[in-house]
Amino acid sequence: MKKIPQKAIHKYLRHNKKFPHVWCPGCSDGIVLGATIRAIAEIGWEKDDCAMVSGIGCSSRMPVYVDFNTAHTLHGRAIAYATGIKMAKPSLNVCVITGDGDASAIGGNHLIHACRRNINLTVICLNNHIYGMTGGQYSPTTPHDAIATTMPYGNIDNTFDLCQLTIGAGATFVARTTAYHAIDMQSIIKAGFEHKGFSFIEVMCACPVIFGRLNKQGDAPQMMRNLRDSYVPLIAYEKMNADEIQGKSPRGIFKNEESPEYSEKYAKLVESLQPVKGEGDE
Amino acid sequence: MERKKPVLMQGNEAVARGAVDAGINFFAGYPITPSTEITEFMSRELPRRGGVFLQMEDEIASISAIIGASLAGAKSMTATSGPGISLMSEGIGYAKMIEQPCVVVNVMRGGPSTGLPTHPSQADIQQARWCNHGDAPAIAVYPSSVLECYELTMRAVNLAEKYRTCVIVLSDAMLGHMREPVSLPNLENVKIIERIKPTIPPEWYKHYPDNPKYRAPLASFGDGYRFHVTGLAHDSHGFPTTRPDEVEIMMDRLRNKITQNIEDLVQIELFGDECARIAIFAAGITARAAKAAIEIAHQHGKKLLLVRPLTIWPFPDEAVRTYLSDKKMIIVPELNQGQLSIEIKRVLGKSKKTRKIVEINKVTGEMITPEEILKAMKEVN
Repeated sequence: MKKIPQKAIHKYLRHNKKFPHVWCPGCSDGIVLGATIRAIAEIGWEKDDCAMVSGIGCSSRMPVYVDFNTAHTLHGRAIAYATGIKMAKPSLNVCVITGDGDASAIGGNHLIHACRRNINLTVICLNNHIYGMTGGQYSPTTPHDAIATTMPYGNIDNTFDLCQLTIGAGATFVARTTAYHAIDMQSIIKAGFEHKGFSFIEVMCACPVIFGRLNKQGDAPQMMRNLRDSYVPLIAYEKMNADEIQGKSPRGIFKNEESPEYSEKYAKLVESLQPVKGEGDE
Repeated sequence: MERKKPVLMQGNEAVARGAVDAGINFFAGYPITPSTEITEFMSRELPRRGGVFLQMEDEIASISAIIGASLAGAKSMTATSGPGISLMSEGIGYAKMIEQPCVVVNVMRGGPSTGLPTHPSQADIQQARWCNHGDAPAIAVYPSSVLECYELTMRAVNLAEKYRTCVIVLSDAMLGHMREPVSLPNLENVKIIERIKPTIPPEWYKHYPDNPKYRAPLASFGDGYRFHVTGLAHDSHGFPTTRPDEVEIMMDRLRNKITQNIEDLVQIELFGDECARIAIFAAGITARAAKAAIEIAHQHGKKLLLVRPLTIWPFPDEAVRTYLSDKKMIIVPELNQGQLSIEIKRVLGKSKKTRKIVEINKVTGEMITPEEILKAMKEVN
């Protein structure tokens, strides 16, 4: 992997936006921000050519800190806004930052249809299993029996596996990584950016202040250790027996397929409809 | 297309033609009666012109996609009806908040809820004003003929660009599906307002300059001006703020850019006799019945005046005061339970004069006829 000097990282953060950021101590969101801009630095995209779009929630505050074309949109709708941006200006590299509630509860419809459409967006979903910004309500990815402020007796609701969901819906690049595996995350995000088509990257995040406290998961370092131990590389996971996979989930690239991309298909349609120039025409 | 020659055209088609002639090059929509012909027209026309047509998964995605496209520099529009406009309301508020031009067509049908999908209504007039939560004025135009569907959609696109906001075009099931012969104007004679691109160095660029009377340049994504937009209260650069002084500047700008440009925004038509003692205030499809009533009354030697707003929001307060305050009787026919008459009462207030405001309301999916207007006039008179 190419080494990215610190200066290159500072290049991508806004100078006219005052830090500190809104995230709690121990939050994983900053690690994902770091990996995302390092991946972009590694690819070498110009800042003017990148757009970062988000919905509402803790992770969706990310775009304000980066020096790209940035939109903090409505709860659940980031993918639909990004679709408009990509189709109006296909030359832009459009990245969507979203959370588990934003992407799969209120925005579930847009998520599955963008997968189906295979439009060239890179969706990075920061999954912390809870609605952090509103104080700890359960989301579609809150584990069974976990405590949330709206599941005070333990979660009885079933959970989404976001990677299975997006694979089923037709996304052509689907991967899972964690905030602990920062270097791995950077290469996965880079692969997602470079993939032509709809990319969905689920990043398992630690929320020590809300989810961690409610569920007695320990402090921030302990939650990072939990991420390290709970998510095993796909190859290793596939070799594990029934006892070994208890409490474990796979991480890695689950799907990476070439398939016609929507904005390119649309451009071809437009081209095919243009009148054929006769002889003698300029 | 030979433009001087009249062609038989449907209201919805005229809306779509007006939009593309005004430069709309991005349309995202979702099927809904009675607006679907606009979406179908765009699906045929825009790819041929090199524009973008998208059928999205729902109306929320449609409004989101057109705002996103506008951020990337497109002139964008969507079209829908009652249930769809309810779903789009949050997005309309977002477009107003981030001051991004776009146009939303609402071909009104009977409501509430699924209501009367194939029947006309004027029950979304107040909805057009108040659809989004939070304070923000609205701009809405309301044609009453097929030709006006073309002209006012064009105007809506221009106003959206000029005032950097979401502009609403109201139509209804009758107007949208009605066919009339129209002669479209030559495009050389039509004024198209284009977005002003910034030319200053990016570090000087402010996405939200303060003066609402000054038409500020508007950068798009990918232009080299890397700005931020958010639905949160924001400062002049678009960054979130909770500082009361900065929030006040933002909220004042959203209001003032409309309220300080009333003369440019408001358009009314007067029909009949200005000296008449009885006046009709009607908009859209109902104004046609009002015009017919005036012609019938005129044949019987009775004078009447019609005041018709072409811009329904901002409401033509000044015109109402000027033309209606001295009338003995004001008839307000509308296909709702009193959404225009409440504005007339607000503007004219309490008066020592004995002035009658006669409301004719119909919410059954039927039209108001000229005879009904004349009958109401006679009954009260």
